[in-house]
Amino acid sequence: MVDDVLVIGGGVAGIQASIDLAGRGLKVYLVERFPSIGGKMAQLDKTFPTGDCSICILAPKMMECFSHENIDVLTHAEVKGVSGNAGDFRVKILKKPRYVDEEKCTGCGDCVSACPYINLPDEFDMALRSRGNIFIPFLQAVPRVVMVDREHCVKCGNCQVICDAGAIDLYQKPEEIEIHVGAIIVACGFDSFDPSGIKEYGYGRYKNVITALEYERLVCASGPTGGHLDRPSDKKTPNSIAFIQCVGSRDVNHNPYCSSVCCMHATKEAILAKEHYPSMENYIFYTDMRAFGKGFQEYVDRAKNEYEVRYIRSKPGEITEDKETKNPVIWYDDTVTRQVKRLEVGLVVLCTALVPSKGIKELADVLGVELDKNRFFKIADPLYAPLDSSREGILVCGYCQGPKDIPEAVTQAKGAAARAAEVLACLGA
Amino acid sequence: MEEKEIRIGVFICHCGTNIGGSVDVPAVVEYAKHLPNVVHAERNLYTCADDGLTAIKNAIKQHKLNRVIVASCTPRTHEPLFRSTCEEAGLNKYLFEFVNIREHCSWVHMKDTEGATEKTKELVRMGVARATLLEPQEEMKIDVEQSAMVIGGGIAGITAAKTLANQGFDVYLVEKEAVLGGMLRNLYRLFPTGEDSLDSLQPSIAAVEGHEKIKVFSSCELKEVKGYIGNFDVTLLREGKEVNFKVGTIIVATGAMEFEPKGHYGYGKYDHVITQMQLEKLLKDGQLKKSDSVVMIQCVGAKGEEVSYCSRICCMVAIKNAMLIKEINPDADIHILHNDIQAYGAEYEELYNKAREMGIRFIKYTPESPPCVTMDGEKLKVEVYNELFGEQFMLGTDLVVLSTPLVQHQGGVEISKLLRVPLGKDKFFFEAHVKLRPVDFATDGIFLCGTAHGPAEVAESVSQALAAASGAGIPLSRGFVQIEAISVKVDLEACIGCGFCVEMCPYQALDMVDGKLEIIEALCKGCGTCVATCPTGALEQRHYQNNQIISQIKSIFHPVIE
Repeated sequence: MVDDVLVIGGGVAGIQASIDLAGRGLKVYLVERFPSIGGKMAQLDKTFPTGDCSICILAPKMMECFSHENIDVLTHAEVKGVSGNAGDFRVKILKKPRYVDEEKCTGCGDCVSACPYINLPDEFDMALRSRGNIFIPFLQAVPRVVMVDREHCVKCGNCQVICDAGAIDLYQKPEEIEIHVGAIIVACGFDSFDPSGIKEYGYGRYKNVITALEYERLVCASGPTGGHLDRPSDKKTPNSIAFIQCVGSRDVNHNPYCSSVCCMHATKEAILAKEHYPSMENYIFYTDMRAFGKGFQEYVDRAKNEYEVRYIRSKPGEITEDKETKNPVIWYDDTVTRQVKRLEVGLVVLCTALVPSKGIKELADVLGVELDKNRFFKIADPLYAPLDSSREGILVCGYCQGPKDIPEAVTQAKGAAARAAEVLACLGA
Repeated sequence: MEEKEIRIGVFICHCGTNIGGSVDVPAVVEYAKHLPNVVHAERNLYTCADDGLTAIKNAIKQHKLNRVIVASCTPRTHEPLFRSTCEEAGLNKYLFEFVNIREHCSWVHMKDTEGATEKTKELVRMGVARATLLEPQEEMKIDVEQSAMVIGGGIAGITAAKTLANQGFDVYLVEKEAVLGGMLRNLYRLFPTGEDSLDSLQPSIAAVEGHEKIKVFSSCELKEVKGYIGNFDVTLLREGKEVNFKVGTIIVATGAMEFEPKGHYGYGKYDHVITQMQLEKLLKDGQLKKSDSVVMIQCVGAKGEEVSYCSRICCMVAIKNAMLIKEINPDADIHILHNDIQAYGAEYEELYNKAREMGIRFIKYTPESPPCVTMDGEKLKVEVYNELFGEQFMLGTDLVVLSTPLVQHQGGVEISKLLRVPLGKDKFFFEAHVKLRPVDFATDGIFLCGTAHGPAEVAESVSQALAAASGAGIPLSRGFVQIEAISVKVDLEACIGCGFCVEMCPYQALDMVDGKLEIIEALCKGCGTCVATCPTGALEQRHYQNNQIISQIKSIFHPVIE
């Protein structure tokens, strides 16, 4: 019986669970698939309904987690095998090569500017900016260590020449690590649904139809445009923006469930547009306005009254494009006048469904736990054991077990930490 | 203190474009280099990022810094990080000084680079003046009583108590009613499992009542709570007698109550206009008369003037109860009049669709033209403007059920006063940070869960209870807490025992014993109120000493260099 804990996923939920467990004096291994912790919250500009800068409130937690003496953070790593039982799990972790010695790299960025091939889409900035073959995942990345995209790297060696620390190792090998833990917390988050399959909205065909996560990067001061809403077709600021809700969610052809956060993030995004450009006209097309959290209804009321956001209850049937201006044109059924109407705007933001993250099925198989019919982790009891998975000693929290917002994810993460401590204490007794 | 040479390092943060976009950071660095006692100044793209922190640690070693200034954002989020960075490099964390040039400068002077840069220089200069006089401080370690009190014996309180007890801590569970279970005792069947509410709760109640680590105090009233994290002295009233015990941490799980819709839709006037809670009871007792037609009205009192918020759970409660009525009487004609259905998440949306398949009808009304309930002979009549059809609908019905919001109760308000923890605008308990500290109070050692925090369904209350137990369990596991060394100290020679400070202290941290001032350091939050009150200048606050503040103020008006 050991009382170390493995946390899978380094978003806000995984970070919080790790900090709570480490605070109790337990040893934690935090495994993150990407080269930095931070998760989706790191990509958001502001958060609703308080307007806090997302990375500004998250970054201290990322650092607290990374520098905690009881937490081992393993980035660019994946869990490949789990055997044993609660109190005694043997876990195999694959640490993928980043072709850089994490101990030696100072994150100075000299190599980044030395790379002559800057034409790859930057994943963190939703491909709205290019990065080189050697890059830092994002400005506030933790750990701040570069990594090499070996798939595209031509091994010109410029980066190795310029690196004073001698940190670059283009022949680094994957490493397999085995750990022994008593409990496992899964917090592997979500992905944004790809709306190109919804042909009638023209995502991928029309440049000025973008997703909400792309919009978050666009409106963010540390994003690719420095916070200027330069629309993709002509890099000019649009006069009007329409946000379309339930794209791929509440839709039997894609995801039947409600993604729970889109009504609110659209409201926030519209408010941000108005704050950046006081003359901006904002429209939100919605199905049901779901403002059910603390202070949410009041936030929507403010958006309507103070920020002049226009809420239209309708699910648009089609988006076309004005060939000259590249303005998207929305065709929708006005449920009040019962007429088909057209609205031409400068930019359309699709509030896409949030779906279980890529690879969740493989992870579930490795862990030996069940998924529900929407492919989120199944919970042991929907009333009284909402954080227990189908297997003893494995807890699930955050979006990977069902739609929820940041405070709910943080709450569940802390709850999962308490449950892990409880499971370990009961096994030890 | 004996001070060797003062060696200050200044780190100026660009914060991406947040500061760098409107402040000429390189110019400020150059300026800082020439300030007295400054031996090193540099700029960082993000001082809080890993490389920024490494730069601080390296500079402390390389330049033998004994004071560190970071000019960046707000101490509220970043001070702990920079302080611990200093500690890691062997510097007492109280030798760190924070200058906020984002909120206090770049953000408010976004369009005036010249002015913002000048102001940044002044702020940095003031920081240097203060840093020069900073002194190292030692934090006090306080032992923690390894037990907790949970206030409220509903599902949230029960869950929190059970988890903490299973972790090996003694728990005192205090409930004002004679029995445990709270609001769930009054409900019929729960969704999504369809279990009988009380039956499903019994195992948890039994586990708590039979747990050797849990003492249940039912029919008890909280009379007084004194003390601070790790050492709360609690007094209860049981059958008029006082019971005393000591706990390390406290969890508030006092629940909520249903809003009484007096004056709404004929409630109180017509017999067959009831609330969802009353419907639950009728269903539970098997007393619901066969109803061929039922109309449910959502958001009664909510999302409006009386209660501004959406009560989160009422749409699903209505849908669940409508489905249960349909089970009893499949031919029942049921309408739910709503102002947007809150079927969030995966399971609820599915249930909402199932309800529609069962033939339950949903009519969207607008808050501007709400439904109207009248009596038409023996039958109730509901008129509603159906926004989607653009038509006025007339529904004759046997029963009208009003879905009303959950609201704070008087008991909760009293607990808030007793524990000196805040309520929000919505009257529910107000957490320390809406996003990242959802179950903590700003007061150390006190936590929050369940509907005391705001409307929540069972699983959400359980998650919150576990989260609160995590927070409450951390100091209990560690066995001690460290208190920030910014408490007040007294020069007893100068103290005349007037007691003004005792009256002014908002934290009950001061006491006058035999004409002499006693300070309970663990309670002192370092607000400085007493220092300003003292007529003889006998009080001095650690880390915010008069000389430090005065020198900072003086430096505004006396630029030391040109």
